[in-house]
Amino acid sequence: MGEISTIHYLVVAAALFAIGTIGVLTRRNVVIILMSIELILNAVNLNLVAFSRMHGQLPGQVFSIFIITDAAAEAAVGLGILIAFFRNKETINADEVDLLKW
Amino acid sequence: MQTFAAQFANAHDLMVVMPMVMLTLFACGVLIIDLLLPAGDKRWNAATAALGLLFAGGSLWRVQATLAHQGMLGVSAFNGSVVMDPMAIFFCWLFLIATGITILISVRYMEIEQEDHGEYYALMLFSVVGMMCMASGKDIVLLFIGLELMAISTYVLVGFLRRDKRSNEAALKYLLLGAFSSGIFAYGLSLMYGLSGTTDVTLIGRRLAGLPESSHPILMLAVVTTLAGLFFKIAAVPFHQWAPDAYEGAPTAITGFMSVAGKAAAWALLLRIFAFALRYEQTIWMPMVIAVAVMTLTGGNLAAMTQNNLKRLLAYSSIAHVGYMLLGLVAWNETGIKGILVYLLVYTFMNLGAFAVIVSLRRRDLIGDEIDDIAGLWFKRPVEALLMVIFLLSLGGIPPLAGFYGKYFIFLSLIETGHYVLASLAVFYIAVSLYYYLRIINAMLMRPALDAEPIQPAFGLRLALWVTALATVGIGLFPEIFIRAAAWTMTAPRAVTQAFLR
Repeated sequence: MGEISTIHYLVVAAALFAIGTIGVLTRRNVVIILMSIELILNAVNLNLVAFSRMHGQLPGQVFSIFIITDAAAEAAVGLGILIAFFRNKETINADEVDLLKW
Repeated sequence: MQTFAAQFANAHDLMVVMPMVMLTLFACGVLIIDLLLPAGDKRWNAATAALGLLFAGGSLWRVQATLAHQGMLGVSAFNGSVVMDPMAIFFCWLFLIATGITILISVRYMEIEQEDHGEYYALMLFSVVGMMCMASGKDIVLLFIGLELMAISTYVLVGFLRRDKRSNEAALKYLLLGAFSSGIFAYGLSLMYGLSGTTDVTLIGRRLAGLPESSHPILMLAVVTTLAGLFFKIAAVPFHQWAPDAYEGAPTAITGFMSVAGKAAAWALLLRIFAFALRYEQTIWMPMVIAVAVMTLTGGNLAAMTQNNLKRLLAYSSIAHVGYMLLGLVAWNETGIKGILVYLLVYTFMNLGAFAVIVSLRRRDLIGDEIDDIAGLWFKRPVEALLMVIFLLSLGGIPPLAGFYGKYFIFLSLIETGHYVLASLAVFYIAVSLYYYLRIINAMLMRPALDAEPIQPAFGLRLALWVTALATVGIGLFPEIFIRAAAWTMTAPRAVTQAFLR
């Protein structure tokens, strides 16, 4: 076992990104789709922090803090919209989001 | 401590970002004033927001005057992360104009929808701040934050009619696909940061060019994910799925706002990334851009032909317009980029005008977004019908109107660079687009109205209609006056091309 290097983090991040993307594309529950989007953003964060350490400088970590904030804002607005939607339609299944044709 | 203060709060930096500061202050002001206003007196919110736009315009004018006075290509602030160059200023003016017209359209419309809350105008101003960051950011962190500020505000605005199922659904779809695409875009940016070790777009461009052969697969991945995110934002086929739904379900005024200001902001971001960060990576992105441009033209135009809902039809037509603008990117010379900027400018007026006419059809008992609803408009309100004809013909690119000049520069750039096949394809699709625009005109002029209910557009709406119509006709009839007046702004494409030729 060698030391854990940047490339290991990148592989984990790429895996997270792939899982998130597949989740968005295949899952039908809107809450799980939102969670998958969070996975993608966390893959980005992992990338940024790993690169930041590799380059020995801070901007990457600052960027990742911004992305964490952004993910929180997005989740808040997302759940708000989802609740508004649920009040009218009583479902959170993406297949029943069908008033406007896809 | 001294240096900290000097770095973050000096007068010059504040002057450069003053338009954004003004908008933020006034947006917060609207939120507070809204609490003090009694129900039924909510028009002051719109007035406050409009005042904010005026102040932002004034500060923008000051930045522009400084720039012109010193004869520089751009003033930067905050350690070079914000730059107000002619292109950024051009886009900022465009956002302010589009927002002003949208506010005029919105006042009465939101009262009819019974959703005339202050948050509506505050969110609109916040999203303009985001757009300005996208246009003037020179740092990927700021560009991304600007993008998200615009996007998140717009998600809420799309779902603003919270009692309307279609609005809920549009917001949900827009949010899911928008957040997904932002994630993909951010992934691309993180890889670019990793490859270059900097967040400054100019430096990224320079360092990406000097990468060793072994990092090319990662570079490829970075370019592909970044482009996918950008194409999502400008709604290019095959990443356009969200646009028709979001446009159809959103409040009509917001549909107009998104389709001009939001789109222009996405283009500002795209041009910034292409002209700076990816300027040496042309061999990777050019084939993708050509493929996406052809697909966008085809998909947008063919899908628009079969639509019966006006908002959805205009959504597909706006996708088709993105296809023309992408052709300017394919040409990638000074004329092409100038074409994109002129196109975005004229598109702002003619598209907002068309949406203003649709808004005028809205009554308490009628949404007014089907082609049947606009039937016989000529017999009820000849003036509005005539203005709609002007907007639609301009969207189709008929010569004496403004829309022609957008397409003219794009075609010119294609011919200059020898893309004859693409040029003829684009001409063919103009003919196709005339079919669906004429379908609406036919319904207005030839078919009888379905009901005799009179249409009474409010004062603000009529003002917006006349402003957009005058601009559409005026730019079309006197393009040289317009171009001379905008001569200084039009150094924008030169600045971009110089940046990538250097």
